Amino acid sequence: MPGPHLPFLKFPPVVPEVLSLKNIHKQFGNLHANHDISLSLKRGEVLALLGENGAGKTTLMNILFGHYVADSGEIEVSGKILPKGSPKASIDAGLGMVHQHFTLADNLSVLDNIILGTQPLWNFRLQRREASDRILDLGSRFGLDVDPNARIAELSVGERQRVEILKALYRKARILILDEPTAVLTPQESRTLFKTLRQLLEEGLSIIFISHKLAEVLEVSDRIAVLRDGKLVMEVEVSKASENMLAEAMVGRSFKMPIRKEVPAGESLLDFDKVSVLGPHRLPVLEQVSFSVHAREVVGLAGISGNGQRVLADLISGLQSPTSGQVCLYGQPLKRFHPREMLRQGVGRIPEDRHGFGVVGDLNLAENVISEVYKNPDYSKMGFLNLKNRQKFADKVVQEFDVRGVKNHAPVRLLSGGNMQKLILGRVLLQNPKLILAHQPARGLDIGAASFVYERLLEAKMQGCGILLISEDLEELLRLSDRVLVIHRGKIKEAGKAGSLSTTNLGLLMAGRQADAS
Amino acid sequence: MRLEPRSEVSPVRFILAPVAAVIASLLLCSGLILWSGASVFEAYWMMLTGSIGSSFALAETLSRATPLIFTGLAAAVAFRARFWNIGAEGQLYAGALMVTFLGTGEINIHEGLLPPILFMGSFAAGSLWLFLPSLIKIRFQVDEVVTTLLLNFVMLLLVSLLLEGPLKDPMGLGWPQAAPVLESAELPRLVQGLRVHAGLIIAVILALLIWQLQIRTTLGFEMRAVGLSRNASQFAGMRVGNILLITALISGGLAGLAGYSEVAGLKGNLTLDLSPGFGYTGIVVAMLAQLHPLGVIGSAFFVACIFVGADAMSRSVGVPNYIADVVVATSLLCMLVSMLQIKYRIRWKS
Amino acid sequence: MDWFEILWTTSFWVAAVRIATPLIFGTLGELVCERAGVLNLGIEGIMTLGAMTGWMSVYMGADLWTGVILAAMVGSLLGALHSMLTVSLGLSQHVTGIGITLLASSLSYYIYRLVLPEVTSPPRIEAFTNYPIPLLSEIPWIGEALFNQSPLTYLAFILVIVVGLVLYRTPLGLAVRTTGENPSAVEAQGMNVIGIRTGAVMFGSALMAIAGAFLTMSAFNAFFFNMVNGRGWICIALVVFASWHPGKALFGALLFAAFDAYQMRLQQVIGSAIPYQVFLMLPYLLSIVALILISRRVAIPQALMIPYRKGER
Repeated sequence: MPGPHLPFLKFPPVVPEVLSLKNIHKQFGNLHANHDISLSLKRGEVLALLGENGAGKTTLMNILFGHYVADSGEIEVSGKILPKGSPKASIDAGLGMVHQHFTLADNLSVLDNIILGTQPLWNFRLQRREASDRILDLGSRFGLDVDPNARIAELSVGERQRVEILKALYRKARILILDEPTAVLTPQESRTLFKTLRQLLEEGLSIIFISHKLAEVLEVSDRIAVLRDGKLVMEVEVSKASENMLAEAMVGRSFKMPIRKEVPAGESLLDFDKVSVLGPHRLPVLEQVSFSVHAREVVGLAGISGNGQRVLADLISGLQSPTSGQVCLYGQPLKRFHPREMLRQGVGRIPEDRHGFGVVGDLNLAENVISEVYKNPDYSKMGFLNLKNRQKFADKVVQEFDVRGVKNHAPVRLLSGGNMQKLILGRVLLQNPKLILAHQPARGLDIGAASFVYERLLEAKMQGCGILLISEDLEELLRLSDRVLVIHRGKIKEAGKAGSLSTTNLGLLMAGRQADAS
Repeated sequence: MRLEPRSEVSPVRFILAPVAAVIASLLLCSGLILWSGASVFEAYWMMLTGSIGSSFALAETLSRATPLIFTGLAAAVAFRARFWNIGAEGQLYAGALMVTFLGTGEINIHEGLLPPILFMGSFAAGSLWLFLPSLIKIRFQVDEVVTTLLLNFVMLLLVSLLLEGPLKDPMGLGWPQAAPVLESAELPRLVQGLRVHAGLIIAVILALLIWQLQIRTTLGFEMRAVGLSRNASQFAGMRVGNILLITALISGGLAGLAGYSEVAGLKGNLTLDLSPGFGYTGIVVAMLAQLHPLGVIGSAFFVACIFVGADAMSRSVGVPNYIADVVVATSLLCMLVSMLQIKYRIRWKS
Repeated sequence: MDWFEILWTTSFWVAAVRIATPLIFGTLGELVCERAGVLNLGIEGIMTLGAMTGWMSVYMGADLWTGVILAAMVGSLLGALHSMLTVSLGLSQHVTGIGITLLASSLSYYIYRLVLPEVTSPPRIEAFTNYPIPLLSEIPWIGEALFNQSPLTYLAFILVIVVGLVLYRTPLGLAVRTTGENPSAVEAQGMNVIGIRTGAVMFGSALMAIAGAFLTMSAFNAFFFNMVNGRGWICIALVVFASWHPGKALFGALLFAAFDAYQMRLQQVIGSAIPYQVFLMLPYLLSIVALILISRRVAIPQALMIPYRKGER
């Protein structure tokens, strides 16, 4: 469907640009979240903002909404400069945001969530009746029907999103920013959303649409901007854009890194047979998932975060059990799902959240190193820890895995991300696991640390391990994997051998589309 | 105002934290002393001499510190696992009750076996009294703070009931008190004529044992890990529920031992006013020690100084001895701020 | 009179309403704090200090209502202290609360002892007298119980209505409730989470202090040690029992007080067959049972006890 008609002819344009970001720069420590970004949004248009996780989109939006203050740069709304760091100023200027993670209070009603903050605090009465009427009116005008008296906890995800949109419309937003709006919607709900967006445009609103879904972006937007590593790398009219072009811009190309060697795979280590897991609201988070991981191979699982990876990882980590289906380890069906059991069976796990789940931040290095093995006879006898062996193991990890920044007995949370990950890697690999789950192993790491992690994982594979690598980083996946699977909305599909895949094809599959035949 | 995490943990700050808290609280409370008309310097001086200025005073202070070491350890062990056991008061009386059942001659127990049986019995009684709230917390997710607190009141009523009834001392001239424990059950005095008794030795030994438990054993390791990060502990394979239960039982048992120590070592028999709030004070002792078992010995001694010193102070300069409770409570709050300073820097601008 | 007839006596219901009054104030106060997301374990101590302050003011010559106001002010000061530590600095709400209870209680006893150093029996003041509301108090049976009570009891009833209205029908109440559910939603609207929480805790603590003042200025007319005797902790259980609703809090307090009044009279009827301590234990045990029963089905304010660090996302 071609882009929307331009309704700005109805409104005499004061300035053609309704929103203008100039040279926005934001740094967190050493991380350049936004680097010299300049963007503009014209009245009545839909601008899509594309980029992978970590590209800088969320930071930029937080700056727009006053939650962060940019280190340098200016923002103008309809020609007027926007005061920095004030959510209220942003709201008053007509900016409305529909968050990816809804800011709703589950125990309160739709009405209460919408009117929060819109009436002066010292008013005697919440004008509920008037508000309710207005909400119903807005609802019917834009096809966003919701019962104002329903409790948020009772609503479906699609309905909750409608409430988020209504929140913005109720505050007379003229610029609506939607952050990954279709990430949690069914195809039908997405259709409804697009219809709503068209209606909003006809009323003179302008929209920024943040997404990684290429097809939708091409369908809905007028212009597309692509962010990568904090920089704006492409800005293009939709008529001149194609999915391949966008996928390449999103993913980029760089690095020289360890090279994997192809070896014949061994016996099956991990088998998932039609495994399903039901999540909250009884919706399937994993649906009939079947795949296997063999010795001497790295199986990469590609997919945009939120499509079921976390639950899959929890299953293999032993934190959760499946609702139906069977998981086999080394040919034997797994009966008990508990982290202790997984460890006993020789499954090594590198968790996604290293601070929260990978280490106990306030314990020191030696204590963290033995956190999984302290019950083995080498490290404790009859309930007494073998402190000498513990220290030996800790020293081994530090030496062989190049963990730096360690001060004796200092809490481990003071280590840098890279060193903490090396600690975790060392702890896992030195136990000689047969199967390894690596969940975003290089997230947030600089190139040196990432390269080290990759090298060690490839080494483990050559020594006979089977590795399941879950990652959103396509580069990483293609560099390390022998075979690639793609997860989308809880279902897993084989993408094929890594050698024969292109990043663009992979990008398409991750977005739920079919790959090109070539 | 904003909190900025510090990039390194300085051991100096760690040791100074309780000192700073105590000094701050003494300063804050000096206002109250002034209000009573006494001179602040004179009052604090009396407090010092009255607590450690003579061998008699020192002995009093040590005997006051003894139950505080037990309840301090109880709180320290529980709080480390983020299990808020506020019921040490009731658990103390549970232990005291058990000592009274078993140690006053009602039941025939061989002389030589009596002390260890009383020790284990009072430990078990204290554990048992905390068992119910722990179970309720694990099964029903009911906050343990309220349940342990409410059970304190229940226990006190139970003791009162028993003291007026079945446990009443037939030779007690009608006062509600229990019969005295047998001589073989008594914890001997350490020095002729002074009130410091063997309970102190037991308390210190237990503190050392707990310290070693935390450093050297797998259980101690598990308890610390679970207290610091439940997520990471579970991920690493620890059975978090069981560990919490064991922690609770140890904590309750320690508080029960405080009851044993007071009855068999100091008072000789169970009365309703056996504990002037040792259970609650134990919480302050534990926090001042930053939950470290060895630190508990020191902070228990210090808090005992405040109480004994305040008694002396009230006798000589007329400051009500409740000042001790105020100082101790203020120290707790100051200590919380102090501990924050170890990990964070407070920035006044946003 | 047998155990059943007790329920039909007017004096039983009168006593029930009287006993309920401090529970109503205390539960309302704690409810407001928790609705904003703050667990206030200082309640027992604040009630004690409120009791002492109110009584002492009257003893020193102030009139009764001034005493109540002074008690409320002292309570809100303690609330400000609690808030500064837990909301602004993010310290543990559990430990801070216990610390405030210890501090407030010990302050009460210290100041009392300071002013009255040598008393064997606590001196008395002229307490509130019951004020029968004309006409209404003549309704048989419930008229006596509901409309011939201390003015503070009437205040309690009024406050239940006021707090309910404010919480559910005003923008301020909505802001408070949302702060206890999802502070980010409040922050996103540009409102100050810390300010709202502090205000709520100060107001709640003022109510707690009035609960204590009722004990020394209306129910009894002297201040004695261990006066509050665990009522504060019972209020904490009652808040859960009431599912954080003011109306249910009133109901819970009345139910509880009725039970308490009943057991007192039952004692007299049954005599010494069962020791009186058993009856006294029942309120505490009942609270624990109530907590267990309710724990399954309750929608707790989602942000309760989670310190809010601005900008942490």
